[in-house]
Amino acid sequence: MSGEVQASTEEQQEMQDTVVSPEKAEEVKLKARYPHLGTRPGGSDLLRKRLQKGQKYFDSGDYNMAKAKMKNKQLPTAAAEKTEITGDHIPTPQDLPQRKQSLVASKLAF
Amino acid sequence: MGAGGGGNDVQWCFSQVKGAIDDDVAEADIISTVEFNHSGELLATGDKGGRVVIFQQETENKSQPQCRSEYNVYSTFQSHEPEFDYLKSLEIEEKINKIRWLPQKNAAQFLLSTNDKTIKLWKISERDKRPEGYNLKEEDGRYRDAATITTLRVPVFRPMDLMVEASPRRVFVNGHTYHINSISVNSDNETYLSADDLRINLWHLEITDRSFNVVDIKPANMEELTEVITAAEFHPHQCNTFVYSSSKGTIRLCDMRASALCDKHSKLFEEPEDPSNRSFFSEIISSISDVKFSHNGRYMMTRDYLSVKIWDLNMENRPVETYQVHEYLRSKLCSLYENDCIFDKFECCWNGNDSVVMTGSYNNFFRMLDRSQRRDVTLEASRESCKARQVLKPRRVCAGGKRKKDEISVDSLDFNKKILHTAWHPQENIIAVATTNNLYIFQEKVN
Repeated sequence: MSGEVQASTEEQQEMQDTVVSPEKAEEVKLKARYPHLGTRPGGSDLLRKRLQKGQKYFDSGDYNMAKAKMKNKQLPTAAAEKTEITGDHIPTPQDLPQRKQSLVASKLAF
Repeated sequence: MGAGGGGNDVQWCFSQVKGAIDDDVAEADIISTVEFNHSGELLATGDKGGRVVIFQQETENKSQPQCRSEYNVYSTFQSHEPEFDYLKSLEIEEKINKIRWLPQKNAAQFLLSTNDKTIKLWKISERDKRPEGYNLKEEDGRYRDAATITTLRVPVFRPMDLMVEASPRRVFVNGHTYHINSISVNSDNETYLSADDLRINLWHLEITDRSFNVVDIKPANMEELTEVITAAEFHPHQCNTFVYSSSKGTIRLCDMRASALCDKHSKLFEEPEDPSNRSFFSEIISSISDVKFSHNGRYMMTRDYLSVKIWDLNMENRPVETYQVHEYLRSKLCSLYENDCIFDKFECCWNGNDSVVMTGSYNNFFRMLDRSQRRDVTLEASRESCKARQVLKPRRVCAGGKRKKDEISVDSLDFNKKILHTAWHPQENIIAVATTNNLYIFQEKVN
């Protein structure tokens, strides 16, 4: 019985909050879903995430490893030239497959 | 056609739509910037694929006034390519963040286009003549055998089909550690500024190997970072004045005559906040996504997530006008935070005589806010209203309660259909509205 009474008081409080500010009600909802959300509103975490946009790899070694996975598909042809290669071929930037570039014209231009 | 009265005694009609109809949008086709040139004759768009498309207004057919001038493709070129910064392991997107036109000085047109790191000055020129009658070459370019030449002739220029060429004249590199969000050409027509998250640089259009840093808000300790620069613009007439907006909802006006480094502002525009209304979202939704001076240079407009504010440059403590763009979203902030929509950066623009402002919203809606008549209207850019000269019908969103006929409920809005970029012809009532991958051109209804 008392549980019900308690629940309705909380509901009343929430309703009051909604009446007071829809924004605060949304904040309550968000904190309910993500209880560990930073106490500082917005703030440095978001900004730093924004400044780091584009950071895809920890270092160039990572980048090359990722590209090497693509390069593996080309191994059969490399093997044909094995008489000219001694040991493992060390990839250089020129060997890495270039990121796909826009060779197609914009559809706005039609 | 004058600059026209309000957005509301004006009736807007569909004129043209550019782009593919297919629903499956390739990332490269996402439009990222739209800009008319100073005469309004040219309209440029930039996209995520690093391409620029320029449309030209056809000269009006005076004998048929009903047939309004159309914009047709004038030039298209690849402005930026994707790059990889090996030193920082950063992928540099080719997406064109901004295009700004230079005022026309001679036959050629010039524009600045920028991605996150590099600004380029492009020259767009027309060629309608070509030399013919060389002595040593055939018309197709092959060299003639010198032994067969018995007479000499003078090469002449002959008309040819119009060819529009775009060539990069300057490349301004290595000016920015962070991502460029704005470029703005100075009224002196010699310099321009570029702004990234933490710094603003001043460049000379002729000099590519150096620039002056005029604003630096990077803290010594990055842990103390609380605010970033979101947009910047030069004053339209005063070549010493520029403004920059921040993620905290403030605008700083700087005067380059005061000092070489403008870290200290001349004016700080900030609306006081009611502390009892503060929530987790307050700062995020106060972040200014765009700032634009009025054409007359007396006001500036800022766009934050839910509103548009007009500021009088002589009054720093509050805006003179505030317009709600889509207030019904205030009770949806939780889900808009979760799907990242709360970080969408909407732009805004003025009409030619500063009486009406326009900004985009979701569901391919855009808003016309009439300052003089204190009225506003919501219109939609949709393939359903694409009949020639079809008048756009006002749209209404139902925030809650009973939905009236013709209204759309907030929960039915498509948040993937965002109008972030819009532009208004500098003199006429012609507007360019960019949806995700289509460019709509609307014009004032002519009776």
